[in-house]
Amino acid sequence: MEWEVVIGLETHAELATRTKLWCDCSTEFGAAPNTHTCPICVGMPGVLPVLNRKAFELALRVAFAFKCKVPPRTFFDRKNYYYPDLPKNYQISQNYCNTGTEGHIDIPVNGGSKRVRIHNVHLEEDAGKNIHPERSDADYSLVDLNRAGVPLLEIVTEPDMRGPEEAQAFMETMRRALLYTEVSECHMEQGHLRFEASISLRAPGAAEYGARVEIKNVNSMKAVTSAIEYEIKRQTRILNEGGKVARETRLWDDAAGATGRMRSKEEAQDYRYFPEPDLIPVTIDDEMRARVMAAVPELPLARKRRFIEAFGLPEYDAGVISDDRRTADFFEEALKTYDNPKAVGNWIMNAMLREMKQRGIGIVELKPKPAQVAALAKIASSDRINSPAAQKVFTIMMDTGDDPEEIIRREGLEQTSDSGDILPLVSKAIADNPKAVADFKSGKASAVKFLMGQVMRMARGKANPQVAEKIIQEELGKM
Amino acid sequence: MSITQKDVEYVANLARLELTGEEKERLARQLGDILDYINMLNRLDTTNVEPMAHAAIEHNVFREDGEPRSITPDETLANAPDRQGDFFKVPKVID
Repeated sequence: MEWEVVIGLETHAELATRTKLWCDCSTEFGAAPNTHTCPICVGMPGVLPVLNRKAFELALRVAFAFKCKVPPRTFFDRKNYYYPDLPKNYQISQNYCNTGTEGHIDIPVNGGSKRVRIHNVHLEEDAGKNIHPERSDADYSLVDLNRAGVPLLEIVTEPDMRGPEEAQAFMETMRRALLYTEVSECHMEQGHLRFEASISLRAPGAAEYGARVEIKNVNSMKAVTSAIEYEIKRQTRILNEGGKVARETRLWDDAAGATGRMRSKEEAQDYRYFPEPDLIPVTIDDEMRARVMAAVPELPLARKRRFIEAFGLPEYDAGVISDDRRTADFFEEALKTYDNPKAVGNWIMNAMLREMKQRGIGIVELKPKPAQVAALAKIASSDRINSPAAQKVFTIMMDTGDDPEEIIRREGLEQTSDSGDILPLVSKAIADNPKAVADFKSGKASAVKFLMGQVMRMARGKANPQVAEKIIQEELGKM
Repeated sequence: MSITQKDVEYVANLARLELTGEEKERLARQLGDILDYINMLNRLDTTNVEPMAHAAIEHNVFREDGEPRSITPDETLANAPDRQGDFFKVPKVID
């Protein structure tokens, strides 16, 4: 029988701060072992953690971005457990009072969108890294505490996703939202962004959820999707055979493409949370609320929709331009100079993004300013320069950052629509190419194109093609 | 409020403590006494009292996210029972 799939996701995102959550150690990835450590993050007795303001405000920004309820006051709790990568033997997290609760995020599903509820958003510290020697008979592990204490945001959804496709859409939307809000760099390969799924099945229409299985050790979005697909099959088989799914945590084995049980001892968890006495509560006053709220941008999906509805962009174009916040900002800034979303959008999509990709540069390294790209789009929409000339202007703008007007003047690219200039060229083309004239007379339309090419070559691309074609037609018609 | 030896064993296990039978007995009695004492607070009516997370009157003590600084790995590892290179060396961890 077909079961309804129920999925919830936990997102862990390392926040884009320079220093750790409680101390001044760097958060930079890839440093030599234990070079980013100090008495606070290695858990020496008697040290005092002090909250990083930026980390807290970034967490708050996410809570606002997902329309969460934010309490007037919040505080931190200790989560107690033993593991070598956790030097204090407790993780400072939030349990009793999250930074945000009851929010939501819209994800694209089947051309429409679906609302996924956010249960809570909270701030905690990351753990260090255990390194296991390759020799399987080694009786030791190594610990690097560079990552211990890096600010980590946890975002927990309600079990609102109904299949691997929705989970995939959620992960992509979440990543883009965190990039848009500029709270995390989201480099997957540096572990900035991690997801964990919990999956259960139930009979369609059932009110109660089935037994939930949490999957750990999923290191990429692809692994999460594969693990979900595997779990759906596994649980379906158990239920169809009349069995019961055990509520447990399972580990994903990427090489085997399967989830396996954790030893029961590791499952018996009792974290004995209690309020962290070393940290003072945080009051989220009106000033902080207003300041952080002001930094919350429109989220990508909403922006895409606005680009379609308000600017009449095609869905695909709106998606490409809204995908990256700075590109979308660039686009909207350009519209202030030339209010023609389709023309400006085309230049950004077909010229700018393509050239950026070819040159391997990001928007911050881009030389032309929004107003300059808009100016070029405006010039190109008139008959002052033709399309190849406009492309040439754009390439020079990419190299130099000069104004398009300046480039057109310097390079002499302005085209002529003056028939007095074009007519002699047409006459010469006709005189030089009797075969084309004969072809035209025998009904071959392609002869006009050939003559056009000759005229444009003589004009070095500067003749207005519409005017040139009209004159060719007229001249041929007279013969 | 009575604390059983089983309760003591459970908490001791979570705290990675090994206790003798005599210690378990003594701790069960002591923990029970402490809980009884604390339980006196339950006589108060706290219906309209906000839970308190911290006794400090002060709020919002922040650090600015400034120039990073750390100590050296040698300083960090000075108290470690064992090291290999600049790593802490610990008994084998099974994930």
